[in-house]
Amino acid sequence: MTAKIATGATGAPPQAAAGSAGKRFRGWLNKRMPVDEFLASQVTEYYAPKNFNFWYYFGSLALVVLVLQLVTGIFLTMFYKPGELTAFDSVQYIMREVNFGWLLRYLHSTGASFFFIVVYLHMFRAFLYGSYKPPRELLWLLGMLVYLALMAEAFMGYVLPWGNMSFWGAQVIINLFGTIPGIGPDLVLWIRGDYGIADATLGRFFALHVAAVPLALLLLVALHLVALHQVGSNNPDGVEIKEKKGADGKPLDGIPFHPYYTVKDFVGIGAFLVALAVVVFFVPTFGGLFLEAPNYEPANPVSTPADITPVWYFTPYYAMLRAVPDQRLGALLLLLGVMAFLFLPWLDRSPVKSMRYRGWMSRTALAIFVVAFVGLGYLGMQPALGIYVMIARVLAVLYFLFFILMPFYTRFETVKPVPERVVYHAH
Amino acid sequence: MADHAGVAAGDGVDLDRRKFLTRATIATGAVGVAFAAVPFIESWSPSERARAAGAPVSFDLSKLDPGQMALPVWRRQPIFVVRRTPDMVKRVSGHDSELKDPESKSSDQPPYATNDLRSRTPEYLVLIAICTHLGCLPKQRFDAGSLSPSWPGGFWCPCHGSRFDLAGRVFDGSPASVNLRVPPYSFPKEQLLLIGADEKGAAT
Repeated sequence: MTAKIATGATGAPPQAAAGSAGKRFRGWLNKRMPVDEFLASQVTEYYAPKNFNFWYYFGSLALVVLVLQLVTGIFLTMFYKPGELTAFDSVQYIMREVNFGWLLRYLHSTGASFFFIVVYLHMFRAFLYGSYKPPRELLWLLGMLVYLALMAEAFMGYVLPWGNMSFWGAQVIINLFGTIPGIGPDLVLWIRGDYGIADATLGRFFALHVAAVPLALLLLVALHLVALHQVGSNNPDGVEIKEKKGADGKPLDGIPFHPYYTVKDFVGIGAFLVALAVVVFFVPTFGGLFLEAPNYEPANPVSTPADITPVWYFTPYYAMLRAVPDQRLGALLLLLGVMAFLFLPWLDRSPVKSMRYRGWMSRTALAIFVVAFVGLGYLGMQPALGIYVMIARVLAVLYFLFFILMPFYTRFETVKPVPERVVYHAH
Repeated sequence: MADHAGVAAGDGVDLDRRKFLTRATIATGAVGVAFAAVPFIESWSPSERARAAGAPVSFDLSKLDPGQMALPVWRRQPIFVVRRTPDMVKRVSGHDSELKDPESKSSDQPPYATNDLRSRTPEYLVLIAICTHLGCLPKQRFDAGSLSPSWPGGFWCPCHGSRFDLAGRVFDGSPASVNLRVPPYSFPKEQLLLIGADEKGAAT
């Protein structure tokens, strides 16, 4: 709220009308729309903790990828033709004949994987510094909704090229809904709009992928930012900077987002774009990890690929699904695996936020969780045979124990004292 | 909801009446929204064209030699049509204790296929060729011992490793928990199989 009071002073000054043409225009504009007030309260006088580190790049990078996906997606829509007879050929047309079509498509397909890399690191940051803890529970929930929308968007996007992995991936995922007791089979028929994955399915996935889900994503990202600016960013020390204010009412450990963090974020964006370019130009399929080989064959309803695996960002949950020898329980475990994150703010009973001040139990638990998540991700790409399934079962148990035991190990461990102010070394 | 700000109790305004009218309006609007949603939701159900394309299909059985399998398509689903030899029929029995649902009690098949061989006649096996786990296409492994030394012959799903016998019944240890589904089918005349329709008419 202090930001609002401060903006009253920097809003359109009344004498602006008397100045140069530029100033007069600004005065005219601000009388009709609170441009300066908004920029001040949200950017130039929005105070962020001064001790942000490497982990704080990924929020702004996620926004950059979102824009990249929107722009490349809009251009791909101009050349792509949904339909079971046209989709695969139109993607080949984009790759071979549209000027720079290959670049548009590889930017979009690589962007999808980079989106998940950035989002997973962004989420890990929250685990590391307790950014989901009060007062940021709603911020965390909105972020999780963004993640869920992103998963839906990525899944439907992967169906559109109508390759054989598109087809069979859609078959497996849509059939998950068939495990719902009672309504399952009817629900699956309704989702597909035909007795199998067909033209009708592709048409609705196209509409959802290019219009409905992106609109929902934009709305959710906007709400995520509104919630962030209401409570303010957490930081590596987990100290609330709003609790220590100077005589001017500004947080002592805060610095204006612009220019300090805009400059920092641009450095991150530069490094990010270099990494993106390397992948797009030299390894666009990333060895079958970003684009799978069976997808270079058209969809074939009477030929299953040798092994159906989703793209890497879904494989941790896919490994959980396959670890259970019962389809209904497997689907339930997959759902729980995704939804477990939603309960984090209420499972964590630690008196401190940041891992810096937590005990060995929280640190060990987080390390085990990371091993379980990455391990499941690897196993989800391997065939579901013998030893792989056994290891997946062990890792799935560890994954869920991280959440189930959290109220206990966060409560009973000894924590270090948290400093009054953030730890910061000027340089 | 906004309270009745600015309205003093003495203005002769009946607040209870306002409250009732507000709630009645909201309820009516909600019913309207529910009805208006129907066409949008219904647009996703299979269209008339998709339903027409899902009509029963006939298959000429004279093309099949004993031990052979064909894969016709009905309603966009591949169908296993197997002409079992007497030896294959024999290999369906003897492993009931290793099956999840040997009597097909919780599986999906017409009444005339609710038997050990899951078929109208021992010779012809008709199954929907979609794994009941998550919808992959199981592969044929008909020869005894072709999957493991004790394997009696049947189907094996490459995706998640579900195994089924020569009547489409699922083995223990498979991720699938029910047997392969049997579509409605009939033999309207000698050597002719009609998939998707039986005495009760076409499948819904």
